[in-house]
Amino acid sequence: MRKLMIIGASSAIAEATARLFAMDGDRMFLVGRDSARLEAIADDLRVRGAAQVATAIMDATDDDLHAGVVEQAIAEMDGLDTVLIAHGTMPDQATTERSVDAARAVIETNLFSVVSLLTLVANYMEQQREGLIAVISSVAGDRGRKSNYTYGSSKAAVSAYLQGLRNRLQTAGVHVVTIKPGLVDTPMMARFADKNFLYAQPARIAKGIRRAINRKRNVVYLPAFWRPIMFVVRALPESLFKRLNY
Amino acid sequence: MGQNRYQSWGRYPKAEQTVLKMLWRHEPIPSSDGATGSILPFGNGRSYGDSCLNDGGTLIDTRSLDRFIHFDPEQGILRCEAGVLLSDIVELIVPRGWFLPVTPATQYVTIGGAIANDIHGKNHHRSGTFGCHVSAFELLRSDGSRMLCSEIENPEWFSATIGGLGLTGVITWVEILLKPIMSPHVLEETIRFANLDEFFSISEESDTTFEYTVAWIDCTAKGERLGRGLFRRANHGAASLRGRRSTKYTAQVLPIVPSALLVNRISLRAVNSLYYRNQIQARRTRTKHFESFFYPLDAVGRWNRMYGSRGFLQYQCVLPHSDGASALREMLEAVAASGLGSFLAALKLFGDKESPGLMSFPRPGVTLALDFPNKPKARDLLDSLDEITRTAGGAVYPAKDARMSPKSYQVYFPKWEEFARYIDPRCSSSFWRRVTGPAE
Ligand SMILES: Cc1cc2nc3c(=O)[nH]c(=O)nc-3n(C[C@H](O)[C@H](O)[C@H](O)COP(=O)(O)OP(=O)(O)OC[C@H]3O[C@@H](n4cnc5c(N)ncnc54)[C@H](O)[C@@H]3O)c2cc1C
Ligand SMILES: NC(=O)c1ccc[n+]([C@@H]2O[C@H](COP(=O)([O-])OP(=O)(O)OC[C@H]3O[C@@H](n4cnc5c(N)ncnc54)[C@H](OP(=O)(O)O)[C@@H]3O)[C@@H](O)[C@H]2O)c1
Repeated sequence: MRKLMIIGASSAIAEATARLFAMDGDRMFLVGRDSARLEAIADDLRVRGAAQVATAIMDATDDDLHAGVVEQAIAEMDGLDTVLIAHGTMPDQATTERSVDAARAVIETNLFSVVSLLTLVANYMEQQREGLIAVISSVAGDRGRKSNYTYGSSKAAVSAYLQGLRNRLQTAGVHVVTIKPGLVDTPMMARFADKNFLYAQPARIAKGIRRAINRKRNVVYLPAFWRPIMFVVRALPESLFKRLNY
Repeated sequence: MGQNRYQSWGRYPKAEQTVLKMLWRHEPIPSSDGATGSILPFGNGRSYGDSCLNDGGTLIDTRSLDRFIHFDPEQGILRCEAGVLLSDIVELIVPRGWFLPVTPATQYVTIGGAIANDIHGKNHHRSGTFGCHVSAFELLRSDGSRMLCSEIENPEWFSATIGGLGLTGVITWVEILLKPIMSPHVLEETIRFANLDEFFSISEESDTTFEYTVAWIDCTAKGERLGRGLFRRANHGAASLRGRRSTKYTAQVLPIVPSALLVNRISLRAVNSLYYRNQIQARRTRTKHFESFFYPLDAVGRWNRMYGSRGFLQYQCVLPHSDGASALREMLEAVAASGLGSFLAALKLFGDKESPGLMSFPRPGVTLALDFPNKPKARDLLDSLDEITRTAGGAVYPAKDARMSPKSYQVYFPKWEEFARYIDPRCSSSFWRRVTGPAE
């Protein structure tokens, strides 16, 4: 039975994932910034079989609260062995080109809050010499492109940070999973009206996340077909890539 | 997924609509900036015609309201959001010894959709409609107000919303009373019958001792064989069946849209008589997993595509007891004579348990369901069936309709003007505009 903390628990991908862990009878600590949403999810997870569900309200960018929330999770569940970080923001690229504040908000939400939380969680788990950290990054971090590079660079940094963290925690018996979803039909993508065949449903991504956590995978692309696609995207020479329009 | 999701099961008529997803039950009905057009809740699109469509307007997709709220496994009371599918409910409750009080022939409908059409199942003669087992729900109106509805609180809204076709507002959550079962299996008996008289006598005999009854009839048969078919009746299994291995099917999906030619006269005749002859014995008893008994069509996945891209028409009517038998005979003769046939022709007696729903379709009598490829000839046939239904004092099921005239509708549902008072000022549907529009 896991003792699982989820940051960004109201995300569609996180909620679908939590349902699977609930069916396994796990204990959970849900963190998000909207209490009514968290309560709706908590009730659902209880019905689906979670052994315990507790919640805490926190804006991820409010890093003064991070230490308190991690402590609360440990106290509520009497321990902590699995952490899933799912929150994220993806504003329109053009907005972040016009306003440094908008760009900063992306970096703070997607990168800095993750670094802050992981510092606390990694040190705790390293000391306990056990644990698993899973973070939702993105295929968008594999290569910067004009339509999405502010968001993409925040995810690229998250992926690199996780790589190093995995390397560091390896000897402590703590595992780090980098999750790179492709296109997922969630509220984050609501402004793109045409959902083509590349879009996956959150429930499908959730299955992949649970499998990756249970099997202690290092880096997963979800669905898996994104791995070869991103291999090609990364292999294109910059001289060619910079001319592309997508 | 994509836009395909926002059509009806009959794939006719086609509609263009803006879709907004409702994600949280406590938040307002989503709205795009400055939109003033009409809105309609959308469940899982398992209605056949246009009652779940809003051409030129907006659909409020409620499928993301798919959270459970509370389950009391002692009392069998379940509270959940309106977009939860019956299949999700069944998965949760069957292992704990409970079942849906009423279920349609597919498990892929939302509980909100089940209320809005006040659906019925093979146990209507015992348990009435789905609405009879709803203890409460919340109704969210476009002005943002919320009403708790039950037999006691806001009873007139409770009554208007059960069978209210999504027009009274968005149902956000629902509480239902479940039925205890001892086993996930049912004991099914199939009996061959030679004509309509036999159908009526087996029905009467079975309805007192069997919880579930339904018949399939061969609608290509004429003359003496008119109304021949197979009668299926079943009860939930006893506790001793509990440990049995289940024979669950796996869903297959029709991979492509085959040509409408697939459904021609020859294949219809072949399928109808094969089905009838398939059963050699006059009577056969089997133990079945509940899924293969209740939801055999779900195993075929998107079977609605076999009719091709023009879609198909369903016709389900109820004919009251008084002269149900003769009207039914007249109808089957008309169908057989047309040579149009039907892949699935189901026949069942409805009971007299009254629904709280103001606009519910079921009423005591015999109900017949047929489907036809969407051709002008079929539409003419259905118009003539409507005449028979009207004369018999019956009704046609809006959940399955794409073509009845305003005149027919208003005869079938004489309380429609009383109901109209409860319609949310922002809500409308393709169906409602059609059946309340000017007569042609
Ligand atoms: C294979 C098959 C077998 C069937 N068998 C039966 C049967 O045995 N008995 C029977 O009665 N019916 C049967 N049906 C019809 C089906 O049960 C109904 O059409 C049902 O209402 C579909 O539910 P849905 O969730 O798909 O809703 P939709 O078809 O999307 O919508 C149906 C109606 O519900 C309204 N609605 C949906 N959600 C809400 C909400 N949250 N609040 C308010 N209104 C809402 C919509 O506005 C619309 O008017 C069958 C259909 C199929 C495809
Ligand atoms: N959808 C995709 O195609 C896709 C692809 C690759 C990667 N991802 C990543 O997947 C993760 C989950 O996103 P999703 O697709 O499931 O979208 P989503 O449902 O919109 O979830 C985003 C979540 O982030 C939370 N959030 C945003 N800013 C926050 C803040 N400052 N503090 C706390 N929470 C905050 C939101 O909380 P509220 O509920 O309170 O708003 C929401 O729960 C994200 O990291 C995203 O970058 C998504």
